[in-house]
Amino acid sequence: MYVILAWRNIWRNPRRTFVILMAVIIGVWSMIFLGALMRGMEREMLKNAISTLTGSIQIHHRDYLDDPVVNNSLDNIGRLDTALDKILGQDSLWAKRVRVNAVVSNARHSGGVTLVGIEPEKEKAVSFIGKAVTQGRYLVKEDKNKILVGRAFLKKFNTKIGNKLIFMSQGTDNEIASKAFRIVGVFRAESEAVEKRFAFVPLPQAAGMLKMGNSISEISILLPELDISGKKEALVAKKLVAALDDITIDDKTITVETWQDLLPMMKAYLEMSGFFLYIWYFVVFVAMGFGIVNTTLMAIFERMREFGLMKALGMRPVQIIIGVITESFFLLVLGISLGTGFGFLSVAAIARNGIDLSALAAGAEMWGIPRKLYPEIWAQDVVVAGLVVLVLGIFVSLYPAVKAARFTPTQAMTKN
Amino acid sequence: MKLMRYTRWRHDMAIVEIKDVKKTYFQGKVKVEALRGVDLTIDKGEFAAIAGPSGSGKTTLLNIIGGLDLPDGGTVILDNNPYAQMNQASLASLRLHKIGFVFQAYNLIPVLSAIENVEYVMLLQGVPRKEREEKARTILDDVGLEGKYNRRPAELSGGQQQRVAVARAIVSSPAIVLADEPTANLDSKTGESLLLMMKKMNKDKKVTFIFSTHDSMVMAYARRLITIKDGRIVNDETK
Repeated sequence: MYVILAWRNIWRNPRRTFVILMAVIIGVWSMIFLGALMRGMEREMLKNAISTLTGSIQIHHRDYLDDPVVNNSLDNIGRLDTALDKILGQDSLWAKRVRVNAVVSNARHSGGVTLVGIEPEKEKAVSFIGKAVTQGRYLVKEDKNKILVGRAFLKKFNTKIGNKLIFMSQGTDNEIASKAFRIVGVFRAESEAVEKRFAFVPLPQAAGMLKMGNSISEISILLPELDISGKKEALVAKKLVAALDDITIDDKTITVETWQDLLPMMKAYLEMSGFFLYIWYFVVFVAMGFGIVNTTLMAIFERMREFGLMKALGMRPVQIIIGVITESFFLLVLGISLGTGFGFLSVAAIARNGIDLSALAAGAEMWGIPRKLYPEIWAQDVVVAGLVVLVLGIFVSLYPAVKAARFTPTQAMTKN
Repeated sequence: MKLMRYTRWRHDMAIVEIKDVKKTYFQGKVKVEALRGVDLTIDKGEFAAIAGPSGSGKTTLLNIIGGLDLPDGGTVILDNNPYAQMNQASLASLRLHKIGFVFQAYNLIPVLSAIENVEYVMLLQGVPRKEREEKARTILDDVGLEGKYNRRPAELSGGQQQRVAVARAIVSSPAIVLADEPTANLDSKTGESLLLMMKKMNKDKKVTFIFSTHDSMVMAYARRLITIKDGRIVNDETK
């Protein structure tokens, strides 16, 4: 009967119930919707970072990250290929690269870039470059002295497709190696910095220029699924380390890094953003909490005589508290369910086409925010939002409930 | 010896024993001495009325007998339970198990039906659902509300609401029923019918009733009339 009593009590004043329900619904909806936008942004930012030549996992010579020169290269490529074939599933993709800092010049300008030698077909599936060419054409394996540059680079160097660029770097023989490449295509990236920084040539061309023979700078692996927590990548990396140690590597010169090792800023940002999301939940709740306390108090004072009657009949204070809390529980559960439902519907409505942020592109680019945002609901966020509202909602309802329990029967029953 | 035996007999017979009860409260800054040393004994099975003008202290006395309010001085014993030795929780338990209340107005819980209102006290007592329902139906039939079990208070007349309140007060066979001006909001015909019903219950089921009233009809029906004025009992007569 307590349940019946509580349920009927909340519908005694439908307008008041509607007001409090709206506060909870809007609060929960905003938690879920904005949480989904934030998670979507996190994923897109990470996807961009990973597709900008990072990948899920990279394999390097152990000294390469500290000193990225051609001498710190990976040898025994054949054995590495065999090992990766065995360890990684069929859905995983990987590509080899030569990557070196170089000076590029033409008749008007000169500057520093990263020259990346790629396997054009494999690279297409691993990083952004395969889909990023907007003018000219993409590279093919057989290309000799052909290069892809970024749109911003083209502008900076005041050049165009068909023109030549001279690249200089240090070869494995410690002599200056240089080579001329003709621009065959222009790519566009999420940020201008990437367009200016990277230039792509076929891997044999880069290796030839730097006299690397069959050596490479890195292997970039893209796992079929992106895990924002980085746990899946860490697991695969652990397997790779064990397997590579057993199968191929005797001299311990190889290191395996996940995107979390390679992008420490991104890792820190993702950790912080989860924390900020929960602070946001709390702030929304505080605003909502005032509404809950106020409305519940109003209801309590309206029913003061009734509480007096209940106490006169022998109801203990704790039973009155349970009664009021049960009413709040019903309201909160109803509000949370509807708010969550509306949150899912709102996200579903925009999930297919995403939100176009290109109007904010200049500002957004600086922070690595994607041009298009696809919201993403995380189960843990929905659960946390619901629990925050339910647990704290019941907690703040304790105040009016205790107030109701403290009325003495005579005090309460003499009120009009 | 004879005196001792008489005292024990009186003690066994008494349901309410009040000695030198005083109560003062403040209305704003004005001190009101509601009770100024009241002595009163009510025996089991009595049908008594406490009468007096407004502000005489009759409701205060009834509230103190019911454990709804505590005296500033003196002793109150109900069915061998001295209030001075009880805390709020045990007083609540005493009210639940030993006392039935009928108030002047706002007697029923508006969101519960007639039968649910009657069941409510038994629910607090932990009576099983089936037994609750059976008892509630029987008692509603006894007070003439057969077929109106599922009506909410708003769907019942004032007289019918008071009947439900009486049914709730007696359903769990309390030691005493305290009724605070139960006929005040009823027309004379409905009031008389309610009084007849309570008188019948007093006679048939030996339920002790104490009323506070200034209704002459209630005074006429009462077998014992206690008159209170300015916080003191000025007359106590048994008819």
